Amino acid sequence: MPFLWILIALIIIASVAFVLGRQRAVQSAGGDSRKLHSLPGFYGWNTAIGAMVPSIVILAVWMIAQPIIVNMSIAPMITSVEASDSATLGLVLSNVTNVSEGLDAAIAAGAITDNEVAALNAETDNIKGLLSQVGKVVGSDITPEILDAARASRDMNATGTLFKTIVVLAAAIAGGAFALTKIRPDLWARNQVETFVRYVLITAASIAILTTIGIVLSLIFNTVKFFGMYSATDFFFGLSWLPRFQGESDLGILPLMWGTVYISIIALLVAVPIGLFAAIYLSEYASKGVRAVAKPALEVLAGIPTIVYGLFALLTVGPLLKSAFGDGGVLGVQWMGSADAAMTAGLVMGIMLIPFVSSLSDDIINAVPQAMRDGSYGLGATKSETIKQVVLPAALPGIVGAVLLAASRAIGETMIVVLGAGAAAQLSLNPFDAMTTVTTRIVAQLTGDTDFASATALVAFALGMTLFVVTLGLNILALYIVRKYREQYE
Amino acid sequence: MTDASANNSASGKSSLLVQDARTRKRNAVEARFKWYGITAIAIGCVFLILLVTAITFNGSRAFRQTFVTVPVTLDAAAIEAAEASMMKTSQYRKMIEAALLTEVAEANIETDMDAGKLGDMLSSSAPAQMREFVLANPNRIGDTVSFDFLTSSRVDGYLKGRVTRDSLANDKNLDAAHLDLVDQMRDIGMVVKRFNIDFIIGSDASEERPEQAGMGVSILGSLFMMFVVLLLSLPIGVAASIYLEEFAPKSRWTDLIEVNISNLAAVPSIVFGILGVAVFIQIGHLPKSAPLVGGLVLTLMTLPTIIISTRAALKAVPPSIREAALGVGASKMQSVFHHVLPLAMPGILTGTIIGLAQALGETAPLLLIGMVGFIATNYPTGPIDGFLSPNSAMPAQIYEWAKRADPAYYERAWGGIIILLVFLLAMNVIAVILRRRFERRW
Repeated sequence: MPFLWILIALIIIASVAFVLGRQRAVQSAGGDSRKLHSLPGFYGWNTAIGAMVPSIVILAVWMIAQPIIVNMSIAPMITSVEASDSATLGLVLSNVTNVSEGLDAAIAAGAITDNEVAALNAETDNIKGLLSQVGKVVGSDITPEILDAARASRDMNATGTLFKTIVVLAAAIAGGAFALTKIRPDLWARNQVETFVRYVLITAASIAILTTIGIVLSLIFNTVKFFGMYSATDFFFGLSWLPRFQGESDLGILPLMWGTVYISIIALLVAVPIGLFAAIYLSEYASKGVRAVAKPALEVLAGIPTIVYGLFALLTVGPLLKSAFGDGGVLGVQWMGSADAAMTAGLVMGIMLIPFVSSLSDDIINAVPQAMRDGSYGLGATKSETIKQVVLPAALPGIVGAVLLAASRAIGETMIVVLGAGAAAQLSLNPFDAMTTVTTRIVAQLTGDTDFASATALVAFALGMTLFVVTLGLNILALYIVRKYREQYE
Repeated sequence: MTDASANNSASGKSSLLVQDARTRKRNAVEARFKWYGITAIAIGCVFLILLVTAITFNGSRAFRQTFVTVPVTLDAAAIEAAEASMMKTSQYRKMIEAALLTEVAEANIETDMDAGKLGDMLSSSAPAQMREFVLANPNRIGDTVSFDFLTSSRVDGYLKGRVTRDSLANDKNLDAAHLDLVDQMRDIGMVVKRFNIDFIIGSDASEERPEQAGMGVSILGSLFMMFVVLLLSLPIGVAASIYLEEFAPKSRWTDLIEVNISNLAAVPSIVFGILGVAVFIQIGHLPKSAPLVGGLVLTLMTLPTIIISTRAALKAVPPSIREAALGVGASKMQSVFHHVLPLAMPGILTGTIIGLAQALGETAPLLLIGMVGFIATNYPTGPIDGFLSPNSAMPAQIYEWAKRADPAYYERAWGGIIILLVFLLAMNVIAVILRRRFERRW
């Protein structure tokens, strides 16, 4: 029975349990629900939870354990590979899984019957052709050994699934029945249900933690695997980035870091002055009318997806810059070789960050107490002197926090640099040269084929780890500064 | 101090009516400083206008496509021969080319091109279009049917000003003579540019047929993903926020969760893509490029946003509501689920829609889980297929087009952006309306 049907059956059992539980509770109180500790519905819920929870736990554990157990028990059937060579064994086993899934698909499609599968001969029959008919492509040759293992795995999976269905449904019925027997008028059903709901809420809140753990573990696990193939010193201090799929790659992160930092600095040089002055004007000078128009207009820039900025960089800003700074351009200089350049990406990224800087700084400037401004005006300072000598110094830690957050945004930004910055990993000082960043290379190394076995693919995880650590560090630092500053005036 | 006293003695007898040099200087600084602010805002607005102009100017063209009207006689014998042959479409192509040649001759347009060369101005999708019609309407065989065929992207680009006679100098398919012919055909109304619905509802096409490519399948991919995101992130986000806002004791664990959520909100989206590759594809063995996986990754990405806005909405409900509920004998759980949550719902939905809009425009994690490439080619056959079979998403499709070499695809990328922005705009407008209509100020 497929997974979906088991779920539907469970829901039906739970609904029946709900109705029965409610009825029994009312009955046990002699039809007078006032004699019950809780509302009758809670008894129903309690019974339904009794039916659902154990069965779903069993289902989840079973679904994780079954493939592992099947793989463990067919591993001894693979005699051509040494048991100690776990990498090759893993490959062969995944082949076996592929073949057995393919056979299932072939039977489902009616291309072959159960009996014919039993009679298949790996040496004489074209099994690969058969499987590709049903859309399952098996990479390596299918040896008799693999076919036997695949047959065994199919048998085991079939029995496993059958038992799973029986056990799960039995657990649901037994759980529901047990909860039903415990119903008495003085059962604290509401408290039990509420405790359960509370645990559900806690689980939901912990998903944020699980996500972080997932990110960290998946990065660490694969990064360690990468450093097993490629030396960490070469990665962190290598000056050249030349991945080759045949091997012998140069995977030094420094050129990528250089590009990332260079582009981020250009972006911040655009975004910080514009954003900061915009925030100062909006919070100190602008009339209500101007504020009502200008603030949302700037915030629209923040709501535009980054792919739009990427396309804008690739097709509008890049060619525009090239016509000014490129060969045969208006300015008569030849600084720019192609439209993809650090300048293109940095400029557009700066535009993207303007609302980010301005709205954060706006909040921070508004948080400076009015009394400080009034004091300054009272001493005869002009508005700009007040802003420069009183408001900004008071807001400085917060603004530094905002700039750090913007920097972390710039470092982690992907689409603009993928489309606008080019692909050449070089340590160049010219802002009109093509450069590449950490994020671009992650995309390049992981898109396309993902076999996770070569250093050229795994390097993406090491790059991701570096990116994660750097942005996390910047964020924590920024939040710390902002939080510390806020406490001063509250 | 010495400066100030020196200044005073220098100005000597100062008048209130005449500004002294220092005041003028200070006022000039003041005015300049104000102008810096105005300039900064003006630059921001100019960028916005530039962006919007670039999008509308370049993108609006993608919605109109050039068609050529050719009456083709569905000759039974020729169709039978075509269906029997190995190269079915090339037989159909010959029929169309012959019909086009007759049509051009009948319109008194002089040309020395043969049928095959003339046919180069048609899209290579034309034979398939005709064959589909024949298979769907076998009773029309023998009639003369007037077909609207797509022209090739070069002809289309010529009428849109993208392709010129000079740029065709090295083109192997089309030359200037074709364009002269197109001019004449346009004058008699044989070639027209009109609204092309297939750009919105059609599927992606191969690199050589930009005129045929459409967003439809990738829009579906995005919708399937958004469905997953909504289904998971709304309940999980609301549950997590309720716990943190209403039940969580002040403990280290709660603190840890809170710090975690605010940090997750700032983690680069590409890192979520890496997580998706490692957990869902490498370990979970879920199918690559599937909207289900995309939806899961985007769920993890939008959860912090939704939790933050939901908590703000819950916080906005005054404590008196909770106390009143508790006072009439409701349990804590009942006061939250029966009173606080319904009152916070408009705010929660607004936050969720904005989170969804953010997820809809996100590209980078989708590239990593493989939702890019020439994959948005077929409509999903059903809901399960829609979640599991490889598909693209709107922003990934735009990225894919932007990478292709043919400039005709750039136009479509811009057009795709218009469609994407229309979706985002609609979602934001709904969010604003929700907020205006239902949000209560206490």
